[in-house]
Amino acid sequence: MAIYQALLELADDHLVLGHRISEWCGHAPMLEEDLAMPNMALDLIGTSRTLYEHAGELEGKGQSEDDLAYLRGERDYRNCLLVERPNEDFAHTMLRQLYFAAFMYPYWIAAEKSSDEVVRGVAGKAQKEMAYHIRHAGEWVIRLGDGTDESATRMREAVDALSIYVDELFDSSPAAQEAEAAGVLPKRADLRAEWDKTIAQVFDEALLTLPAVPFAQRGGREGLHDEGLGHLLAEMQSVYRAHPGARW
Amino acid sequence: MYSQGLIGADGRTDETPEFLEAFQQRVDAEEKIEPTDAMPEGYRRTLVRQIGQHAHSEIVGMLPEGNWITRAPSLRRKAALLAKVQDEGGHGLYLYSAAETLGVSREQMTEELHSGKAKYSSIFNYPTLSWADIGTVGWLVDGAAIMNQIPLCRCSFGPYARAMIRVCKEESFHQRQGYEIIMTLAQGTEAQKEMAQDSLNRWWWPALMMFGPHDGDSEHSDQSMKWKIKRFTNDELRQKFIDATVPQAEYLGLKVPDPELKWNEEKGGYDHGEIDWDEFWRVVKGHGRMNRDRIKARKAAWDNGAWVREAATAHAEKRRTRRMAAE
Ligand SMILES: [Fe+2]
Ligand SMILES: [Fe+2]
Ligand SMILES: [Fe+2]
Repeated sequence: MAIYQALLELADDHLVLGHRISEWCGHAPMLEEDLAMPNMALDLIGTSRTLYEHAGELEGKGQSEDDLAYLRGERDYRNCLLVERPNEDFAHTMLRQLYFAAFMYPYWIAAEKSSDEVVRGVAGKAQKEMAYHIRHAGEWVIRLGDGTDESATRMREAVDALSIYVDELFDSSPAAQEAEAAGVLPKRADLRAEWDKTIAQVFDEALLTLPAVPFAQRGGREGLHDEGLGHLLAEMQSVYRAHPGARW
Repeated sequence: MYSQGLIGADGRTDETPEFLEAFQQRVDAEEKIEPTDAMPEGYRRTLVRQIGQHAHSEIVGMLPEGNWITRAPSLRRKAALLAKVQDEGGHGLYLYSAAETLGVSREQMTEELHSGKAKYSSIFNYPTLSWADIGTVGWLVDGAAIMNQIPLCRCSFGPYARAMIRVCKEESFHQRQGYEIIMTLAQGTEAQKEMAQDSLNRWWWPALMMFGPHDGDSEHSDQSMKWKIKRFTNDELRQKFIDATVPQAEYLGLKVPDPELKWNEEKGGYDHGEIDWDEFWRVVKGHGRMNRDRIKARKAAWDNGAWVREAATAHAEKRRTRRMAAE
């Protein structure tokens, strides 16, 4: 059960962030980004599907990927707070992506040593995707940080707004701790140095500094979310829940 | 998607009869006209307008479908819809590039879309009101687009013809995917069946309108045919579409909302009721349900993104300056 829970945390991170990026579709600042952002959303949603399916199998109660995605409410979602933060503007969106990918990239590299075959399979594919997300989002953070006065201001505001959600990435819930001890998932706390390094490189070029965080926000892993997640799920789950048992 | 069959060729020209004759001979010989070739100004203007309109249709078309990405009722459908809408954006980009070979910039075309000077397919001025609409749009709208675009793969203008070959492959994938969504609904619960029928009821006539006015009412269509930009008339294409689509609806047990629809053995095609041309022209002229919202959304995306584009330009400039200073 612990491994099931830990996989859900990971799957929820990917689905919620993929959903958030997909909200941009058709509204991006330029056509090139209207093509790039769905790519990232597709990567994330694709990973979530494999993880949900695998979690459902391990649980053994016949829950499909869609049951897990569409029938759990906000208190049951276990994603970290960072991924549910609203898009706000392009600076927030790209920084959120960079923060997440800078965490997931070393995570998936470490997960190649997982004792779980499905996790190893995801790790191979997802680390390449995360490398691309770091590059794409990182380049934008640099352009915006070292662009115009307005873009630099917006970028600094994004850093200020999102940095309080970073520490939570490296926390392991009791379920995750069990999965880590069993060798199924990598130890989150071990990835901090790598994350710091990636961000430092980007921020150096972007003329940004990582602020001191007086109080880091936490709670996603216990289902204690911000107010926005309930709305996201209400929208996402509306059709599925209106037609119980229907196939799509 | 597709620019509806409204584009009349612009026949005005200052060229000599000899030049026009020589150009016509190249077209008649099925030679491809390339961007650097000499061409009549009217030919160039017609293509700029048509390709631009087509590109805008792809971009505006992302909005009604994007409307359901966040509500797609399964993760598989969500991913497929995201990929589809992304494809449409890719078509837009590809078409803007084709138009740019004729000397008009993407910015300029975008401004014309926002000011209302340039049109896009009226089909996107109808709202998507249920998940079934995502299936119907793929099935009917991409289906009609394919009918229009397959002949364009042989268009006399090389870049447009080549763009269409690539685009048509993806559109036919979209069409099959849309049909499969509707099939799943038609074989589903009562509520799903109703959703599918309601959706067909709302989209059938607008889909037929995508082919444009009757041949007799379509201005300058002859010149486009002569230049081999167009290969079939509006009514011919519409008939093909109806003949291909009605059996697909019947197979699903859905009713096409046209009481006059009847198989005509003699002509080997369906007879059908008259399109509401008042509605057609009303929507073309900007009074459809979604005309204002669509342009408003496109403008908002563009305006809200201005600071991002400016930053990208400023950053590129800074890098260039630094590189030069280092040399
Ligand atoms: Fe198209
Ligand atoms: Fe398209
Ligand atoms: Fe399409």
